[in-house]
Amino acid sequence: MIETEHLTKKYGDLVAVKDLNFKVEKGKIWGLLGPNAAGKTTTMRILTGYLPATEGRAVVAGYDVFEQADAVKQSIGYLPETVPVYPEMTVEAYLGFVAEIKKVPGSRKKAAVDRAVEITGLQPVRKRLIKNISRGYKQRVGIAQALIHNPQVIILDEPTIGLDPAQIVEIRQLIKSLKGEHTVMLSTHILAEVTQVCDGVVIINEGKLMASGSLEELTTTYKEKDGVYLRLKKVDNEVLNLFRQLPGIDNAHFEGSEIKLEWDRNKDMREQIIKLCLEKQLGLLEMRSVAMNIEELYLRIVSGGMEQ
Amino acid sequence: MKAVWSITKKELLSYFTSPIAYIVISIFILLSGFFFYSLVWWFNSQAMQMAQNPYYYQQININQMVFAPLFHNLSIILLLMLPLLSMRLFSEEKKMGTEELLFTSPVSVVQIILGKYLASLIVLLIMLLLSAIPTIFTFIYGNPEPLPYLLGYLGLFLLGAAFLGLGIFWSSLTENQIVSAVLTFGTLLLFWVLSWAGYSARGLWQDVLNYLSFFEHFDGMTKGILDTSDLVYYLSFAFFGLFLTHSVIQSRRWR
Repeated sequence: MIETEHLTKKYGDLVAVKDLNFKVEKGKIWGLLGPNAAGKTTTMRILTGYLPATEGRAVVAGYDVFEQADAVKQSIGYLPETVPVYPEMTVEAYLGFVAEIKKVPGSRKKAAVDRAVEITGLQPVRKRLIKNISRGYKQRVGIAQALIHNPQVIILDEPTIGLDPAQIVEIRQLIKSLKGEHTVMLSTHILAEVTQVCDGVVIINEGKLMASGSLEELTTTYKEKDGVYLRLKKVDNEVLNLFRQLPGIDNAHFEGSEIKLEWDRNKDMREQIIKLCLEKQLGLLEMRSVAMNIEELYLRIVSGGMEQ
Repeated sequence: MKAVWSITKKELLSYFTSPIAYIVISIFILLSGFFFYSLVWWFNSQAMQMAQNPYYYQQININQMVFAPLFHNLSIILLLMLPLLSMRLFSEEKKMGTEELLFTSPVSVVQIILGKYLASLIVLLIMLLLSAIPTIFTFIYGNPEPLPYLLGYLGLFLLGAAFLGLGIFWSSLTENQIVSAVLTFGTLLLFWVLSWAGYSARGLWQDVLNYLSFFEHFDGMTKGILDTSDLVYYLSFAFFGLFLTHSVIQSRRWR
């Protein structure tokens, strides 16, 4: 649904985006991650047709962003970093205006506004001036304008920035509800948001693609060791030594009341571990995999300078 | 055309939900009313004096004595007031970040420019129509010639349209509305001054400077003379402003 090939954007001598290649599948929510000035906003601006690329191409909803700009603009909803609202308009008048410029037919305009208001929960402030509503509601208005023409692709630049925790949860729920019917790409700094909302990520740094794929694919690709947490009836140093002596186990230590075991990611030690627990009657209560968290993944990719 | 009208409606709403349009229109009407009253008062006193002499009495012409100077005064007021109308057109969009919404919507840059320009022309038209209300009484109580009167207002409208064309161009260059207004005002003053320089120049220079001056073209209209070259001048000036605006917006996105 979104695809880029060798996408490059230069501002004079400054290369903001360099040879970017990635693909986002239909109906999925993808996160665009990267540190400040990584080129996230520039990438989004190119995808929405706001900025032309210097080199390469981007295809959104089956249309070339450069060659078929109007078709692309008709197929996307875009929430820029700064919510593009006119403070002197009411929420309803603003959404009506956006519906008009997004070429929603006059006969369907009211229904489109009603739908966007309902999805984004703007009913309580519908008749109020935008300048008088809260930051959270403004953000919702921004999302509502991106949804107004029921686009196939929705691009959201930092949709939860500046919101309080309750508002963040609400907006995340809202974005999750868009999945399936719409393809969503969002940029964020908040890594937890990615695990909660996104199916996959594109990680960029200094304009270059560092990694892209589903979260599972990336954690599998980038983790160095596999491991498990064990909860046992009997926990002492003697037990710990038993695991340390097991061939293939690289690391065994206590983490709270649990034992954490790690081994090379090319092996699978789980069967031997269970066998040992049964043989030695250690009272195995629980065994769960050590998942690589998004923070580790992100830092490994961005700080480690890995490039795909 | 529908997209242009959508933009125009939005702009008109912005004008009339902020104090700017009300202030500009009110001050324009107030000043035009004051000048009209002063000129009619002066006209009356002159007319009474001239009535003593049958030769001079025939020379009395309300168009020449009231409307021509009124239109000249109004043209200067427009020069002062219209930069305040054009200053926000693109500067505000840039500052508020709303231009990203406009330029990622399936409307062309030309439609956006035309929509905004049309809105400013409608406000100009409202200003001129409201300022014309007191002058209608001269037709009830006197007998001015309608053609120079109508051409005078047409001239003011064209002059204003040219001013706004220049204003929208400066507005596209900066996100600061004050800078936009000052640059518009400064450029308009420069064109005004050109007519003064035209008086002292000789030969080809005089022709060139006179041609470039806004007010030389306006003069004929206040006397009831409609020259197509004047029309072409104002329309091409406005068009040039809009063309430059389009170039600025396109080039900024390509930079």
